[in-house]
Amino acid sequence: MDILPTIWFIAIAALWIGYLLLEGFDLGVGMHLFLTARGDRQRRVMINTIGPVWDGNEVWLITAGAATFAAFPFWYASLFSTLYIPLTLVLLGLIFRAVSIEWRGKGRTPRWARRWDIAMAAGSFVSAFGVGAMLTLTTTGLPIDADGNRVGGPFAWLTGYAVLGGFAVVGFCLIHAAIFLALKADGPVRAAARTFAVRWSPIALLPIVAWVLIMQLRSGTVVTWTLVAVAVLAVLFAWLNARAGFEGRAFAGTAVFLIAGAASIFAAAYPVVLPSTIDPAFDLTVANAASGSYTLTVMTWVAAFGLPVIIASQVWTYWVFRHRVSEKHIPLAHVFTAAVRPQGE
Amino acid sequence: MDPLEIARWQFGITTVYHFWMVPLTLGLGPVVAIFQTMWVRTGEERWLRMTKFWGKLYLINFILGVATGLVQEFQFGMAWSEYSRFVGDVFGAPLAMEGLLAFFFESIFLGLWIFGWGRLPKRVHLATLWIAVAGSVVSAYFIIVANSWMQHPVGVELVDGRPVMTDIWAVLTNNTAIAAYTHTIFGAFGVGAAFLIGISWYQLWQRRRDGVDEVDATGRVIVGEAPSIPGRDRTDHSVWIRSLRIGTVVAILGFGGVAITGDVQAKLMFDQQPMKMAAAEAACHTGTAFSVFAIGDLGAQSCDDVVNVIEVPGLLSFLAHGDFDTQIKGVNDLIPEYQEAYGTTTADGTEINYVPIMAVTYWGFRLMIGFGALAAFAAVVALWMTRKGTVPRSKWIMRLALLGILAPFAANSAGWIFTEMGRQPFVVAPNPNPSGVDGVFMFTAAAVSPTATVGELLFSLISLATVYGALMVVEVILLVRFVRGGVGSAMPELAPHDDDHGGGHDPDDPDAPKSGDVLAFAY
Repeated sequence: MDILPTIWFIAIAALWIGYLLLEGFDLGVGMHLFLTARGDRQRRVMINTIGPVWDGNEVWLITAGAATFAAFPFWYASLFSTLYIPLTLVLLGLIFRAVSIEWRGKGRTPRWARRWDIAMAAGSFVSAFGVGAMLTLTTTGLPIDADGNRVGGPFAWLTGYAVLGGFAVVGFCLIHAAIFLALKADGPVRAAARTFAVRWSPIALLPIVAWVLIMQLRSGTVVTWTLVAVAVLAVLFAWLNARAGFEGRAFAGTAVFLIAGAASIFAAAYPVVLPSTIDPAFDLTVANAASGSYTLTVMTWVAAFGLPVIIASQVWTYWVFRHRVSEKHIPLAHVFTAAVRPQGE
Repeated sequence: MDPLEIARWQFGITTVYHFWMVPLTLGLGPVVAIFQTMWVRTGEERWLRMTKFWGKLYLINFILGVATGLVQEFQFGMAWSEYSRFVGDVFGAPLAMEGLLAFFFESIFLGLWIFGWGRLPKRVHLATLWIAVAGSVVSAYFIIVANSWMQHPVGVELVDGRPVMTDIWAVLTNNTAIAAYTHTIFGAFGVGAAFLIGISWYQLWQRRRDGVDEVDATGRVIVGEAPSIPGRDRTDHSVWIRSLRIGTVVAILGFGGVAITGDVQAKLMFDQQPMKMAAAEAACHTGTAFSVFAIGDLGAQSCDDVVNVIEVPGLLSFLAHGDFDTQIKGVNDLIPEYQEAYGTTTADGTEINYVPIMAVTYWGFRLMIGFGALAAFAAVVALWMTRKGTVPRSKWIMRLALLGILAPFAANSAGWIFTEMGRQPFVVAPNPNPSGVDGVFMFTAAAVSPTATVGELLFSLISLATVYGALMVVEVILLVRFVRGGVGSAMPELAPHDDDHGGGHDPDDPDAPKSGDVLAFAY
């Protein structure tokens, strides 16, 4: 067994799970701007629930990508080059999402803010869908040859699994974010979000459950089935508590659901990091896709030092901004004029 | 169309664009942190206003840097998969370190700073900004380490034709990286400083034009105030004159540092990539003279058409070696050496052209130095012209000061285009220098993803370039609007309250915000 590559497979799985856990509600909040919010002030309440934290959450994606490059360059190269089109869309989506948050309030008209809100919602949807498609395809397989290069054209990746994975992450983000909003907002936003979570979770979570089960049926073990059982219990716990109005417990429920569910997927996929749908002999595995042991040792030290400090900083951030946000907390739009003497004075 | 060409344009456009936001972030961040430190220490209103105003512009710009930075990391794998496979063992590590040791802290603590006003204790709040700024400065270091490894591969050995990292300290302390990093950071200070000078100049000029400030017979400022104009009180003058003069000092220090580190870097580069430096000089023949101006068809990558019009004998030797008579090898003498060491044809039989596009290297090098020198000179002039406490009433000088903001940006872009284009045809440059690892190099033509189609590359080139262009327009519109608004644009408490534009809220509305509950900052 390759110890260091296995540690790094676990680390990268953890980075992706961290990304989905944290950015999951950011992207979901983006989509909820036009699902459960009514009017500009409610949308501002939603955006301000993630305002202080979304940028830190996005770094989990950046680090997951960079860690894959460092620890498994062959996985990184094959996966990213094969998925050229969907990843371009993910990048465009994340660009729009990021600038919308910062720039939406800096215009002078309601139309300006509304346009950026549309950009944020669309960007959140596209990036959640694309990330979901990518993660599903790296567990179910892509048409790659012996050199790890794509066989087929720019859309050779576009299969039912890609669509399923896209909806899996979008659906999870919607429910996770609804419960997050119920926990972090107050007033009408809180009520609408909770109603959404209770009503829609049985449908919205179906695709992610399907992805989990597909992986289990392919290569499940006792360990992974145990994780699935934990995930199922967690999601039932979340739903019951959301319905009863215990938002904190419900959020803990969806968090455990994601961690256990995604862990069951990665554990079932191990030791393959990117299966080839052409020939199993071309599969990329933790053994043949990894960097050398010196690089992995260095990276292990860096992660062992960095990750605990990162997690502590983020926990502190969530503690500082633990209060609910409601419409009474939102200042009026700041209207200012040029600091010049008006014409004709 | 050749996928390689599109992939190179795509990478070049997205990277040069990203590096418009980055130096402003690196240059402005420490300045804002110092302003806030002064406010916490002295309690003086002007430092608070400087923190808020420059901090606002910093954030508008920061976000676009973040948004375009992710593209950089993804496109190595997307468009350059062969490169990623070849260098992954060593090149990925600094990128991952950047995330784990720098960028996480930058992002987490900047969020704390933005929303922390009035919520965190003053000193803790100040610390969050310093951590975020330190994150960005450290982040730049890791990225430059990665780039410098492409310029000068160290700390690896070849295993099965692929570099495998053997010494992370050699990678992190690569002499190329240290020279390039310090050069980049000082260059970023120049960008931040020109921003401070140009915008403060504009504001001081507005105060004079509107008759707020006057000058006495000796030209010394008489500070006034105009209650009818938003934010134009006496403190406002102090905000702008201090920002301006701090800007000039930062600029002089920054450009001084740029000159010294640039000299170190050039001497290394003559050693490590002699062809790049010969092409920077369009120096076809071995000699000692530095060319000031050349005519002819530099783009032909042929030496026959280049005519040097003005040359300074001995200067090139001085730049490369610190004396006046060492012979510096010209392009014509280097070509056979490169052919002997790295071959004359690629695997598929095409002849390798070892000469970078000389029009780009020659003029990139001169524009970098020219714009940098221009900005440094402008800073000295600005320091002298504002010695009596304000700026002249001349509209044209004010316009020049605003235009001067662009000079260090241009110098930064020209420098990067020079050094990256000058490395061609290699993506990882080989090192004739003994301190580099022999045999570790890669041609750019071999680095592109073999699967990338013209359609895919064009799709990303066109969509990203269009979006980037549109976002640049928005960024400039927002920056201009906030600059014109002055400090009041960043501090609602200073801005006039016009009930007609207050968002249409009825004061009796029970849902309207009440002052005690309202967040100090909200998107």
